[in-house]
Amino acid sequence: MSAARRSLLGMTDLVVRAEGLRKRYGKTQALDGVDLAMRRGTVLGVLGPNGAGKTTAVRVLATLLRPDAGYAEVAGIDVLKHPQRVRRRIGLTGQYASVDEDLTGTQNLVLIGQLLDLTTRDAKKRAAELLEWFDLSEAAGRPAKTYSGGMRRRLDLAASLVGRPEVIFLDEPTTGLDPAKREDMWGVVRSQITQGSSVLLTTQYLEEADALADEIVVINKGRVIAHDTPDGLKRRVGGLTLRVRPADPARVSDALRVLDLVASPGNTASTDTAAGARPGAVSVPVVDDTALDIVVPALRQAGIEVNDLGLHLPSLDEVFHALTEDAPLEAELV
Amino acid sequence: MTTLTIDPTTTSDLDIDRPRGGAFAAQVRHSVALARRSLIKTIRTPEALIDVTLQPVIFLLLFTYIFGGALSGGDRHSYLQYLLPGLLAQSLAMGGIALGQNLNADIEKGVFDRFRSLPVARSAPLVGAVAADVVRYLTVCVVMLGFGTIMGFRVETGFLPAVAAVALAIGFGLSFCWISVWVGMLVRTSGAVQGVMFLLIFPLSFGSPVFVQSNTLPGWLQAFVHVNPITPLVNTIRGLLVGGPVAGPLWQTLAWMAGLLVVFVPLALRAYARRA
Repeated sequence: MSAARRSLLGMTDLVVRAEGLRKRYGKTQALDGVDLAMRRGTVLGVLGPNGAGKTTAVRVLATLLRPDAGYAEVAGIDVLKHPQRVRRRIGLTGQYASVDEDLTGTQNLVLIGQLLDLTTRDAKKRAAELLEWFDLSEAAGRPAKTYSGGMRRRLDLAASLVGRPEVIFLDEPTTGLDPAKREDMWGVVRSQITQGSSVLLTTQYLEEADALADEIVVINKGRVIAHDTPDGLKRRVGGLTLRVRPADPARVSDALRVLDLVASPGNTASTDTAAGARPGAVSVPVVDDTALDIVVPALRQAGIEVNDLGLHLPSLDEVFHALTEDAPLEAELV
Repeated sequence: MTTLTIDPTTTSDLDIDRPRGGAFAAQVRHSVALARRSLIKTIRTPEALIDVTLQPVIFLLLFTYIFGGALSGGDRHSYLQYLLPGLLAQSLAMGGIALGQNLNADIEKGVFDRFRSLPVARSAPLVGAVAADVVRYLTVCVVMLGFGTIMGFRVETGFLPAVAAVALAIGFGLSFCWISVWVGMLVRTSGAVQGVMFLLIFPLSFGSPVFVQSNTLPGWLQAFVHVNPITPLVNTIRGLLVGGPVAGPLWQTLAWMAGLLVVFVPLALRAYARRA
């Protein structure tokens, strides 16, 4: 891990860089020496159990909180020395950076535009543009408190994009959204990347980090315990698994014997208990994809018909639990 | 700044880092934008105006018709002439409580964190909110003088002194409300703002010549009345509305207003900066 992180920190085109961030609240060490690095034009996913320090880290980077120690840089600017300059380049959406419920959608966005020093005319134009884009034009003149959860979340996100920020911080942007709306949000995040922004995203949905993030940082107890690509993380923790589902459930024990032929050292085949596996599947940890060359003919020879056969990386859930020593990923309060 | 260059070597010295028109212009513009926000909220929630409309009217009715006869030996009209200027002062002091509560709620709901993540002039969120409160203080004055007139109150001096009384009352409200703003930055809940402010305002209001002449009070209480900031305010407003000495208490009132601003504006701004 340290090698991967060093190489990332060594890269020059970093749009977020933090070293040794520490923050203590009373007896809780919320950040205990956090290093972060995000490359320009990418999505960095920050994962961690509830209370791990994700939100504290985002608040430091977004100039809302001064750390007790450490250095942070956003868009090449020292966050602690020049917070106002950083604020002109960032957008922030989170449960704590909220829109005003008594104001309409338009009023909220125009106010933010004015505070970003747009002229009133430009602020209104930008507000209309964003409301249109987020499919909120119809509701633009209604107070935000009349919005549904999904509309409210879209307005929150629109609010962070008014200034066309270089770096966007999204603190659990899809918590509480249904799957379809969540995917809409993912589309928005991806479009921001194609427009040249960089996105730092915290989430409690591993699936979300998997879908969006170019790199993932796992934080636990105020420390970064892993920083890698999603695939890199999966490989590091679990390696490859070969999974087979015999068409005839009675042949499961025969299939196990076949899979044992390719088991990586120290492992044996077993009935598959991984999350999402359908009953009747068997799996085995393998070293690499050459296992297929052995297993496929062997199954044919033994006359075992299969419905499903494939190589899998472990799910991020498995990775996450392995890394955080089974610290449960609690649902955070919305 | 319609487009944003993302090359770090060129962004650092672009106009993007300078507020449009300079720092002071930005401070004014941001304060105005945020004052406008507060006004929109006030207009949209008329029930939030109860403390500057119904509440002073209830005090006026209560003290005139229930206590007034006993306090003045049966002459309710002369008691109303005495009471209304005093109640105006009390209502202005109380009018600022809601401001502290609203600001506290803004912090709780995360609205202020949004502002703090924007390049907003540091004091603009507080200054804007205070400026918008002028509307509420003007409402208190209009409601009390209007309803008082229906009850029989008459200005005995003239139009200009009455305008001066209203202006002074609003000015005092704008100074005194910074205590509420400061408390709003410190306490955890908006309910606590009200609790703390009532604890402060009730002794100031009752230990003053708002309801009774201070020479009827015991000596130790007269000493308190003497150093109470509400006392010179009440005396000035009374002088401006129904006659009496004005100059002396006016200077004392202005000195108190300046003192409140000098102490509580920096305290409030510091508490705001620290409240994360």
